[in-house]
Amino acid sequence: MHSGTVHALVGENGAGKSTLMKILYGMQKPDEGTIAIHGDKAVFHDPGDAIARGIGMVHQHFMLADNLTVLENVVLGSEKLYGIGGRARAKIREISDAYGLGVRPDVLVEDLGVADRQRVEILKVLYRGARILILDEPTAVLVPQEVDALFDNLRGLKSEGLTVIFISHKLGEVLSVADEITVIRRGTTVGEVDPKHTTTKQLAELMVGSELPSPETRESTVTTEPMLAVDGLRLAVVDAEGIERKVLDDISFTIHKGEVLGIAGVEGNGQAELVEAIMGMRVPDAGALALDGADISHAPTRRRREDGIGYIPEDRHRHGLLLEAPLWENRILGHVTERPNSRGFLIDSGGARRDTERIVEEFDVRTPGIEVTAASLSGGNQQKLIVGREMSHLPKLLIAAHPTRGVDVGAQAQIWDQIRDARREGLAVLLISADLDELIGLSDTLRVMYRGRLVADADPATITPEQLGSAMTGAASGHLAENTEQPGGED
Amino acid sequence: MKKFDKERVLLGLAAPVLAVVGALIVTALVLVATGKQPFDAFHVMITYGTKSDSQVYILNKATTYYLAGLAVAVGFRMNLFNIGVDGQYRLAAFFAAAVGGALSIPGVIEIPVIILTAMVVGAVWAAIAGVLKVTRGVSEVISTIMLNSIAGIVIGYFLQDGRLGVLDKNANMVSTKPLPSSSHLFNFQTSTDPVVGFIVIAALAGVVYWFGLSRTRFGFDLRAVGRSQSAAEASGVSVKRMVVTSMLISGAMAGLVGMPTLLNQSYDYGTDFPVGIGFTGIAVALLGRNNPIGVAVGALLWAFLERASNGLEFEGYDKEIVGVIQGVIVLAVVIAYELVRRYGLTRQQRQVGAELAAAGSDDKKEVTA
Amino acid sequence: MSATATQTPPPAAPRVGKPKNGRIRLSPAIVLLIVAGALIVVSAVRAVTGAEDITSAGQVAGALSGAVPIGLAGLAGLWAERAGVVNIGLEGMMILGTFFGAWAGYQTNPWLGVLAGVLGGAAGGLVHAVVTVTFGVDHIIAGVAVNILATGVTTYLAKKLFTSGDAVQKGGTPKQSPPMAEIKHFTVPGLSHWLSELQAHHWFLISDLAGIIGGLVTNISSLTLLAAVLFVLTFFVLWRTSFGLRLRSCGENPTAAESLGVNVYTYKYVAVVISGALAGLGGVFLAIQTHFYLEGQTGGRGYIGLAAMIFGNWRPGGLAVGAGLFGYADSLQLRNGGDSVHALLLLIALLLLVMGGWKIYRKVYVSGAIALAFAVLLTVWYMLTDTVPDEVVQGTPYVVTLLVMGLSAQRLRMPKADGVPYRKGQGG
Repeated sequence: MHSGTVHALVGENGAGKSTLMKILYGMQKPDEGTIAIHGDKAVFHDPGDAIARGIGMVHQHFMLADNLTVLENVVLGSEKLYGIGGRARAKIREISDAYGLGVRPDVLVEDLGVADRQRVEILKVLYRGARILILDEPTAVLVPQEVDALFDNLRGLKSEGLTVIFISHKLGEVLSVADEITVIRRGTTVGEVDPKHTTTKQLAELMVGSELPSPETRESTVTTEPMLAVDGLRLAVVDAEGIERKVLDDISFTIHKGEVLGIAGVEGNGQAELVEAIMGMRVPDAGALALDGADISHAPTRRRREDGIGYIPEDRHRHGLLLEAPLWENRILGHVTERPNSRGFLIDSGGARRDTERIVEEFDVRTPGIEVTAASLSGGNQQKLIVGREMSHLPKLLIAAHPTRGVDVGAQAQIWDQIRDARREGLAVLLISADLDELIGLSDTLRVMYRGRLVADADPATITPEQLGSAMTGAASGHLAENTEQPGGED
Repeated sequence: MKKFDKERVLLGLAAPVLAVVGALIVTALVLVATGKQPFDAFHVMITYGTKSDSQVYILNKATTYYLAGLAVAVGFRMNLFNIGVDGQYRLAAFFAAAVGGALSIPGVIEIPVIILTAMVVGAVWAAIAGVLKVTRGVSEVISTIMLNSIAGIVIGYFLQDGRLGVLDKNANMVSTKPLPSSSHLFNFQTSTDPVVGFIVIAALAGVVYWFGLSRTRFGFDLRAVGRSQSAAEASGVSVKRMVVTSMLISGAMAGLVGMPTLLNQSYDYGTDFPVGIGFTGIAVALLGRNNPIGVAVGALLWAFLERASNGLEFEGYDKEIVGVIQGVIVLAVVIAYELVRRYGLTRQQRQVGAELAAAGSDDKKEVTA
Repeated sequence: MSATATQTPPPAAPRVGKPKNGRIRLSPAIVLLIVAGALIVVSAVRAVTGAEDITSAGQVAGALSGAVPIGLAGLAGLWAERAGVVNIGLEGMMILGTFFGAWAGYQTNPWLGVLAGVLGGAAGGLVHAVVTVTFGVDHIIAGVAVNILATGVTTYLAKKLFTSGDAVQKGGTPKQSPPMAEIKHFTVPGLSHWLSELQAHHWFLISDLAGIIGGLVTNISSLTLLAAVLFVLTFFVLWRTSFGLRLRSCGENPTAAESLGVNVYTYKYVAVVISGALAGLGGVFLAIQTHFYLEGQTGGRGYIGLAAMIFGNWRPGGLAVGAGLFGYADSLQLRNGGDSVHALLLLIALLLLVMGGWKIYRKVYVSGAIALAFAVLLTVWYMLTDTVPDEVVQGTPYVVTLLVMGLSAQRLRMPKADGVPYRKGQGG
């Protein structure tokens, strides 16, 4: 890699990108091999060593303490540089102004949005005088407009002579920002390419060894029979400071049998709360829910699941699995009252075990057996287990929140196929995703959620990710088919 | 898979054995440091602790400890720390004794009434902490500890001559009115002292605990909450209701703790009624890792140590050394379980990784299915 | 206690209504206003009920000495929990403090006793640190184990050390150490006397103020002063130095701290050992106050200290207020508290009335109605009786703890990674 360049490192999930970067940053130790900076061999025992050699890392999951201020987060660990008071504050302002980061030192991190947090992370690295910046999947949580802003920042850094290492599996972005690209697969380098003479397709083939699948839905299977009707859902939350904020504001929509309704939106605009309200995990302040014509507004979560709502949660570790329990007990989770998991009030462990074997077989969950704990499986296999479990109970409505997040390409295609097949059988799907390609490719109808409201709708056949993105940031609303903005929208 | 499981059982046993051995070493060091002969002390403990009257004593004590251990374990199973078993069982035993003393109906009816009273009182007292937790977000650790103190004060208020207590002028002691003799529970006669009949109910409680937790839907839900509250909530368990329910169960179980003493031995609740068993229950539950058989072993070990300490006293040792042994055992056992748990997890992850790598070479073509 | 400390952060959802600045930031003016308001209410209650003791210098002095061990325990909890380690073993560390303090204190002088007690507590903290930080055991289980061990060890050592040699002649028993000498006390000359005269007039507000200040300047133990200094020092170190910033970052997001080169284990160790030392000091305070070690002397103050810390929202100032409250409740027991507690029934009824009214104004009808109902009940109780049974006085600290926790626990903000076992290199 060379100074003053943006060097991209691409590879699919699990190819070893993040591990490589952790070694570079001293968080893990390599078994063998060496690292050289400006020709000197370097050995990093901990992140402190890496920082001292001018390497800074912006992690995929932000490394910020919510309850500390931006200033405190920035100076942490490097208090000796400029102290922790006024000098540090001045330095932060100086860096922020120099690169146009717009960081305010005295706000609490928890009050910042994702893009702001990322800029704090970048500032943190610059504050330490880093000359080499590693950005691990920096665009995963950003909308297209924010990605553009980030890339502008990166170009600014580059022009100051800094080196940026950019890890991603989003090929379009990589080609637009990188000066050099290294592709890795299964832990080894498989190629170095020049972005000026490469297409996304070639890069993709290098990355996975064959062509990337795309999440397109084929023929429409939408019927006119409503499966889920949501009407006037409202939810306000009072936070610790006694301030009320509206998380869900008059949400209404209908999903028909055989329809996939996609909801786009920057995370934290009420999608998680919407899912939880439909699942019965949160009690909304107002509004009605009807599943297949029957009112379920006041049904507890368990009733709703028994009535045919399947749930692929956004955070499978928190909401989908018992990590320290064996697979067959995880197969029971969420369906403990249903066959083959139980008979009357008793658990049918034999039945559950047999059915787990079937799921492992049918859904290609790679595991040595069903007695191992869920924690020992890879993310993709955990997700396949969850999808298999939910599909096994023939749901009428499937709520899929980021169904392919953190899943490798093979499993991703498989999960998409599962959803498409079930949709053909009349399944209704509520799809929430941060992956706009996935949303556009799978959905029959698209809605955009912004600040707790459904502000825009779109036809996935004609919409572009950029148009969706502008609605997600609140810049556009209404029907997004033409490129005109219609303030107000329909709800 | 079978062989796999056997290894796991071995791993499970390794922890408590390691802990006890570790505790013995530490104790030996303490004894040496204070100028005593450790091996002689252990010898005294074993010979005294295994005499036949000691065996009866141990069984009787262990019955009580076992129930306390189960009461704590119910909470532990769902990550609830019911430190309040102590207050619950005392308050329960006290009111059960008061009710029993006031009634004079046939034993077949009265004994169940007494037991039921105890379970209800224990459950209600525990439920206060449960309700405070789900409605006001108060940590059950703090609230149950406060409730322990309050329980003691409530008993102090009622256990006075003229309230619910009767003054025994000879012994200068206040106690509740004794149970009618028809309400004394049967005992098993042995060559020395009798073994309490309540041991049958304790064993039954163990079976109910095991069956309820590992074989029923309710038990699955409860364990799911213990493993991950958020996942359980998403799976359709009402966590709040489960917190209150399990506190009720834990408290009801705690209500049984005082019963072997009340129904088989003292027949009243006086100022000399045993205290602190709730804390023993915590130790025993930790030792037995909330497993019904493990808790039984833990209860027996605790009772043995206590009995054996009396033998030490006769031989010129300080019997308080047992407190040190017990403390070190608890500390060692929690560390050992954590180490074994972590070792087991990484071992399994390695195994999974190894098996997949072996299978991986031939399924490359499926990757892009 | 959730497992992951580093999820992708949810961006703060947009807030409707008032801007975010509504965070509770008590400015000095507001604090003074609250204090003044409370004083007026208390004065009024005293004047109405005639229970002169509720603001007497003696009562306040009692409250202060009751508050110190609780406050030190709370401060101990604060240090540990700010670094992310829940320390329920405080009770055991206090016991170690009482024992070692008295053991060294009776043989030499109280100050060496203080040192020994602090070291004893720190040793307990070290054990807790090894178990929770190095071995990653659940913090509450570890704390319970530390408590059991501390009780076992001190009981054994008390039997060994206080029933042999010259300890017996000096009055040692298996449950009690020989007495030790008094530690130095201070009284502000002149002021104290003048204030006590002023208090004797029972003037509205003025006498109350005199009583309270009088209690704070008369016969103050040097350990109380030390404790006050430690409170200020804690605030300064934790919030104004880089050491404190690092320590707090371990309690908020240890993975982030690690990624910036902070050695999380070291900071947690230091925090928990300091925590033990402070708890030990709290224990010594108890021993020196009564002049000897007594089995069961701590009486759950470690736990009450934790409650005070939670009440104080994991901050030293709030903790001090909480400790004062619990100390006051504690001291009622010592001073013929029947009349005072009886008078306080009216005070609590008044507070509940205000709270209930506020709730109903805010349209939270159910809890408002409950508060009002309790206010009425307490008033009736007050009207129908002249004093309360001793047991009510004894139970006051515990009931107050429960009530205060019940009323405050939801609005609090604990360190984000508090109680979460942390393993190096497993985040991100």
